Amino acid sequence: MGNKLIMDSMGINRALSRITHEIIERNRGAQELVLIGIRRGGVDLANHLARKIKELEGIDLTIGELDITLYRDDLSSKKEQPILRKTVIPFDVTDKKIILVDDVLYTGRTIRAALDGIMDLGRPKEIQLAVMIDRGHRELPIRPDYVGKNLPTSRNEVVKVTLDQGDENRVVIEDGA
Amino acid sequence: MGLKGKDLLGIRELETDEIGLILDTAESLKEVSSRDIKKVPALRGKTVVNLFFEPSTRTRTSFELAAKRLSADLLNISIATSSVVKGETLFDTAKNLEAMMADIIVIRHSSSGAPDRLARRLKSSVINAGDGSHEHPTQALTDLYTIRERKGGLSGLIVTIVGDIAHSRVARSNIYALVKMGADVRVAGPPTMMPAGIDKLGVRVYHDLDEALSGADVVMMLRLQLERQGKALFPSIREYSRLYGLNSERLKFAKKDALVMHPGPVNRGVEITSDLADGVSSVIMDQVTNGIAVRMAVIYLLSAGRA
Repeated sequence: MGNKLIMDSMGINRALSRITHEIIERNRGAQELVLIGIRRGGVDLANHLARKIKELEGIDLTIGELDITLYRDDLSSKKEQPILRKTVIPFDVTDKKIILVDDVLYTGRTIRAALDGIMDLGRPKEIQLAVMIDRGHRELPIRPDYVGKNLPTSRNEVVKVTLDQGDENRVVIEDGA
Repeated sequence: MGLKGKDLLGIRELETDEIGLILDTAESLKEVSSRDIKKVPALRGKTVVNLFFEPSTRTRTSFELAAKRLSADLLNISIATSSVVKGETLFDTAKNLEAMMADIIVIRHSSSGAPDRLARRLKSSVINAGDGSHEHPTQALTDLYTIRERKGGLSGLIVTIVGDIAHSRVARSNIYALVKMGADVRVAGPPTMMPAGIDKLGVRVYHDLDEALSGADVVMMLRLQLERQGKALFPSIREYSRLYGLNSERLKFAKKDALVMHPGPVNRGVEITSDLADGVSSVIMDQVTNGIAVRMAVIYLLSAGRA
């Protein structure tokens, strides 16, 4: 029982710095890039990445916010419809290099939905995937390009990532009921 | 959090947080209609049936686009070419549609209470698209959405509804909705068009239009239902128009940034002058655009799997 601290704000910050360097290295700078965060955890992470990229490269990247609810594969089996949040993509995705950002990568189903959601908006040149935690248990052939931490988990555990609390940011494993 | 009932029959039965949920959901869904490809896969495999016993362009088309943009299948039953002309009852028609696995039945009917009677006997969800002089909930939700979008909220706004309050389902649904959301609602019209006891719904009654418009944030004009009312309720269209028609001179009594609304179709020159209907204060076309997002929200929220 109880919670296990996996990363504190220092650890998260180091991981963010490394991911940022990897993104810049692989794409030879950041000129062509845009960020799309998956609501809601991915949007916080996208904001952090944008700040780090600005520090290193002096470029302001545009950030889109994507809600994947309408693309879920379990909508018809749910007793109650999930709350819809707004998708705000303030740019044309066609021919863009997109860094898709989420806090936790698990079954891969959310990413599948996000890819379909983005493809419905246009035809991007490329999509790369950045996540803070990869906890395994993939159910679809999806892999991340940038990972903050690989974290082996059991299915009944819950990984909680807090990224909007400054020094209180952390990654915690909670025992599921 | 979801809608409590399986149907949407009227605003009267809705709670304020359900109204808020529908409006918030519509706000998220509005983006879909601004895309190049105006479609999301959310309701693939669901079937929506439009069952309209009264003529309609706006509402029927709006439901049709809403269902299609969510990827549901939609069929329109046109009464003139259906078995209704062979004497099939409303319930038998609907029961057959349900046997064909319709998930949602959208009904418009000239009898108040027809959607309610259907809903109680069917497992499918029923959406009231206007029944007699009872309610037209999706129109009221559309109007609320449009006001909220322009004014940032609903609470405390002065909303004046003008016209045949007694026979208007749009008025009735809007009164329920606006009062629930904390607006200050006034109704104006000739005494022959004012139902007895309407003030019990929490509205103030006016027979002088200028007085009713004074300081209003929103002016909602109702269509004079020339096909329904005959001549009994007012001496002539010209007299009605002179006393209760909206023109730019009259609108000066309302706030400077007041919104002018109309559920359509507009009788130009009768309840509203053409220049106002097309003017800067008019949000009549916004109402049409928003109607799709609001109906998408209702269809989405009522389509939860009932396992």
